[in-house]
Amino acid sequence: MLATQWMGTEHLEVNEVPDPRILNDRDAIIRITSTAICGSDLHLYDGYIPTMEKGDIIGHEFMGEVVEVGRGVGNLRVGDRVVVPFTIACGACLQCQRQLYSTCENSNPNHRIAEKLMGHSPAGLFGYSHMMGGYPGGQAQYARVPFADVGPIKVDDDLADEQVLFLSDIFPTGYMGADMCDIQPGDVVAVWGAGPVGQFAVASAKMLGAERVIAIDRFDHRLDKARQAGATDVLDYEQVTVLEALQELTAGRGPDACIDAVGMEAHSPLGVLDAYDRVKQDLRLETERPHALREAILACRNGGVVSVIGVYGGLMDKFPIGSVMNRSLIIRTGQTHVQRYTKPLLERIRNGDIDPGFVITHTLPLTDAPEAYRLFRDEKDECNKVVLKP
Amino acid sequence: MTSTAGPGLRATARLLGLASTGLGVAMLRDPHGVARLVGVDDSAAAVPVVTAVGARELLPALPLLAGRPGWAWVRVAGDAVDLTLMGRALTDRRGDRFRRLRTATVAVAGIALLDVVTAVRSARSHGTGPAAALPGTAPWESAIDVSAATTVNKPAAEVYGYWRDLEQLPTFMAHVREIRTLDGGERSHWVAEAPWRRTVEWDAEVVEDRPDRLIRWRSLPGADIANTGAVEFRPAPGDRGTEVRVRLTYAQPGGRVGKVVAKLFGEDPEQQVRDDLARFKQVLETGQVVRSEGSPEGPLAGRLLRQRPAHPLP
Repeated sequence: MLATQWMGTEHLEVNEVPDPRILNDRDAIIRITSTAICGSDLHLYDGYIPTMEKGDIIGHEFMGEVVEVGRGVGNLRVGDRVVVPFTIACGACLQCQRQLYSTCENSNPNHRIAEKLMGHSPAGLFGYSHMMGGYPGGQAQYARVPFADVGPIKVDDDLADEQVLFLSDIFPTGYMGADMCDIQPGDVVAVWGAGPVGQFAVASAKMLGAERVIAIDRFDHRLDKARQAGATDVLDYEQVTVLEALQELTAGRGPDACIDAVGMEAHSPLGVLDAYDRVKQDLRLETERPHALREAILACRNGGVVSVIGVYGGLMDKFPIGSVMNRSLIIRTGQTHVQRYTKPLLERIRNGDIDPGFVITHTLPLTDAPEAYRLFRDEKDECNKVVLKP
Repeated sequence: MTSTAGPGLRATARLLGLASTGLGVAMLRDPHGVARLVGVDDSAAAVPVVTAVGARELLPALPLLAGRPGWAWVRVAGDAVDLTLMGRALTDRRGDRFRRLRTATVAVAGIALLDVVTAVRSARSHGTGPAAALPGTAPWESAIDVSAATTVNKPAAEVYGYWRDLEQLPTFMAHVREIRTLDGGERSHWVAEAPWRRTVEWDAEVVEDRPDRLIRWRSLPGADIANTGAVEFRPAPGDRGTEVRVRLTYAQPGGRVGKVVAKLFGEDPEQQVRDDLARFKQVLETGQVVRSEGSPEGPLAGRLLRQRPAHPLP
């Protein structure tokens, strides 16, 4: 089969590799019909995620048709059309029973690597480094899906791939970002990062009853998409000072909840601070460039929620813990517990509450993956979201 | 000798390892300079003696750096030789050379004191791992004593029941190839993989069996590697599954040296037990060992250093 392989920093190749085989009774093999490039894939592309090996197949947003099932998979049949959550979860451990699927205790066979860095290990993820399990990803023609009786959600034929594909990651991720904000009537929610995840966070905050939703980014085309998703206000951080603008918009209170949909490769308009974090990140003295998170903390109203769905890998500098502690802020975060959200969000798609396809700007053949990554990373051609067709 | 020296003791061992490395390298690279610094450069024997001492310094450096405080004994023996030599040299040195040699002797005596304290403490250190409270039964002088623990989200009866069926243990014990039970389960024959592609075999008997609580076993005379083991099952607080604590003791082929060498090749016995328990948890909770293309054997310490690329195996 053809698959997108990580060959090194900023070096991808689409190559012929062996077809996946069933390794475990609870596996299924999926023939992939649509797969997308995620913003977090850019962290791999840019070389900021440790424990990648040359030849790793990447990609974790995919869907397709079941072509083979292991003996232990009772709920899927060959021919079923499924969307696959990017978090691999066993469904049986205590964390899965608590619905904290992205912290499954069994799905990461390389948990010792993660434990060294993080104390305890999170779940295994598709195509996202060996620290996260060493699982091949879904930017390929086929994929092996472990615990296929727990993760994949069946979808009906009348829904297009483009409508349901993002149940694999970014729609639940944006939704969880808003869900963690515990939104009350009248709440003002600010979202840092108006990429696809930020756009879904905006849409979800509106669905969950936020009064005003403020999107923050520096690209007009993304801010336009955020408006389309329901943002009442948009801020271009290269044009305004974000903290001042938020004070102005909320009459000095600060947003009730702040969502960080940016993560470890944030940009800052303050040249000195940006340079400081870039140097430290390049020297591997810190793994993050956390401007968005620092700003979200400082902006949040006293006692409000800072909801972190942007990806961080390790350690950061100048974390404003004094602001968090003295102002009773609540930080909620996590890789998405996708399995918790697939069913209710599929219902919302079916009800017409949202059509997730609005984020897509480019549809390309799988063989164009290396070019698609460049397009997406460098913001060329107003690229917002790429779907690859194997 | 236990494998569970406390963190303070391991840190001291590493410090001594660093000192050994620094001194050894300095003495081998520039014996003339060291002889001059110490004030014995007027003797013809100084350079060969300093070189020999340098080589000896390097001997315990690697295991000490790996946090094995027992190797401080090698340094203690070396210190005794050094202090004797320096004491004799002091008697016929005068002036600047005398002062330099005296300073060096005081420094060596200081390190020697730390060596003695570390070595003695290593001999006294006892297991501090999660299952240290389980009774150890090993009668051997040079034994490895390892322990590990996990929590399995199943009732104690089920977890105990799986372990008590000894023939199932190779499902999750990576280095045990086969177990056959004899005499209705009281005795069993074990075949296990040892480092360097050898296999070892032994007969074992269950010496204590408290249903849903504890199983204790030991090898019978004639074993390739004499060993004992105990596994304890206890309901986790709040009825959240079963806490499983394992303690294994076995006579180590090659003694301490064999263990240090094995660890360098990724065969750390403590890690093996922890990996086995991770697979045990997977088997009980999910039905099978969880494999990825990067780690096709499931959790395995040796595989962490040599990951396969994450693409399907041919």
